Amino acid sequence: MTIKEKQDEIIADFELFDDWMDKYEYIIQLGKDLPIIDDEYKKEENLIKGCQSRVWLHADYIEGILNFTADSDAVITKGLVSMVVQVLSGHTPKQIADAEIYFVEAIGLSSHLSPTRSNGLLSMLKQMKMYSVAYLSKTLQ
Amino acid sequence: MFSDNEIITKSAIDIDKVRSDFPILQTLVYGKPLVYFDNAATTQKPAAVVKAMDDYYYGYNSNVHRGVHHLSQIATDAFELVRRKVQKYINAEHEHEVIYTKGTTESINLVASSFGKRYIKPGDSIIISAMEHHSNIIPWQIMCEDRGATLRVIPISQSGELLMDAFEEMLDETVKLVSVTYVSNTLGTVNPVKQIIEKAHAQNIPVMLDAAQAIQHIGIDVQDLDPDFMAFSSHKIYGPTGMGILYGKEKFLNEMPPYQGGGEMIKTVSFEKSTYNVLPFKFEAGTPNIADVIGLGAAIDYINDIGLDQIREREQHLIEYALKQLKTIDGLRFIGEAEERAASISFLIGNHHPFDVGELLDKQGIAVRTGHHCTEPLMNFFKIPGTVRASFAFYNTEEEVDKLVAGLKKAAMVLA
Repeated sequence: MTIKEKQDEIIADFELFDDWMDKYEYIIQLGKDLPIIDDEYKKEENLIKGCQSRVWLHADYIEGILNFTADSDAVITKGLVSMVVQVLSGHTPKQIADAEIYFVEAIGLSSHLSPTRSNGLLSMLKQMKMYSVAYLSKTLQ
Repeated sequence: MFSDNEIITKSAIDIDKVRSDFPILQTLVYGKPLVYFDNAATTQKPAAVVKAMDDYYYGYNSNVHRGVHHLSQIATDAFELVRRKVQKYINAEHEHEVIYTKGTTESINLVASSFGKRYIKPGDSIIISAMEHHSNIIPWQIMCEDRGATLRVIPISQSGELLMDAFEEMLDETVKLVSVTYVSNTLGTVNPVKQIIEKAHAQNIPVMLDAAQAIQHIGIDVQDLDPDFMAFSSHKIYGPTGMGILYGKEKFLNEMPPYQGGGEMIKTVSFEKSTYNVLPFKFEAGTPNIADVIGLGAAIDYINDIGLDQIREREQHLIEYALKQLKTIDGLRFIGEAEERAASISFLIGNHHPFDVGELLDKQGIAVRTGHHCTEPLMNFFKIPGTVRASFAFYNTEEEVDKLVAGLKKAAMVLA
């Protein structure tokens, strides 16, 4: 699936919920699917600092494809992180660098992308894009 | 003629009337009536405050202390009248001991900077407490670094109370100032400031009070309590943001150098040497925040009208009710269990991250604060990432407390 297809699928899944609490239960469930970052990478330099909850992120680059592992100490954040990781993992640096992430807003969680909210999701997206750009420039060398 | 009953009704808070004074309380959040329990972050504003500011901008907007023209005189009178209202509210001896600032943070920075320059030498020390807000830590850290002084910290107990014996032992000849919070913004602890001031004064050490979380809840008579400096913010006492007060004793304020230079704070200016204006203007450089000063004046009128004693009584009742109801939630533990408390209750539920709990309350229309509340050292002391904090104002109701408790139970269920 393309990054766009994956996002559209998430949006369709969320259309089933009209109650906020059900939505959050689902998000928390999705957090359980998150490929958890190895302990050796769960350290200060991979910590994406947010005011509210902490997110650790690691990128693996194998044969032209980027895969992400992550973790968070808050379960809702972990669910959101899980969705973003699922959407962006398994793609080339160029695909990730070019991707437009619109699903967070579409499922009504845009407040999580506000820079003032600083719960880590926006910083994490930026960090993932930075990884892709870094690997992209490597492949171009 | 009033009968006894009518007098009692008159003095008790009419909650419907009070709530109608704060239009924002009618707001719907995600389709649900707003339950606002983030009053320690900022209080809501009564319509009278907003109107007073509108009246200024629409009716007599003009710069103060400068113009000879009519509007400037009206603006100056209104602006200076508020200084007397604040003076009366805290019972300061002199009007010029009331300095207008941007808020508590600026008030503390002003004292740290100007007091530091005048009185602090290498080897001296300043005492703060383990439960201070960052704004009563960082200004002193900066000043101590600059002056070669040491910052020392009064320890606290697990219940979130100052260890007074330890404090007394700390009062040696190196101590040049004690700066403590009256009420903890995170724990709600009311500190024994009277005792702190007496002990410090017994050794000729001045005391600064951070009253940001006290001024809206507890009556403060600065001549009786006797702090040497006191800071608070307008926006936590139902007034506008960006405005605050520094109270300081005349003898210190006169000896301290100005904090900022500019217009208003000078007497004469030449390129060789300028002379400074008298108090309070020496510490009020530049065009002040006129509208917000007027807004604070209206907020004080509003509080006086209701009566701070009535407010305190109602809030204490709400806190006691909330403490009792919150205890019915499985796995809830309070962070801070001081005997004497005001306004704020911090807690955690099981191992749930405060952010998750706050997020789920938000979607039910309930506004609380989650996180470290700008008291990171305090969170480290309790070894927690943060807390959920519900903070109350007199316009809150028991019904809202019930909604908070139901909301928390629902959140705990989703997170389980």
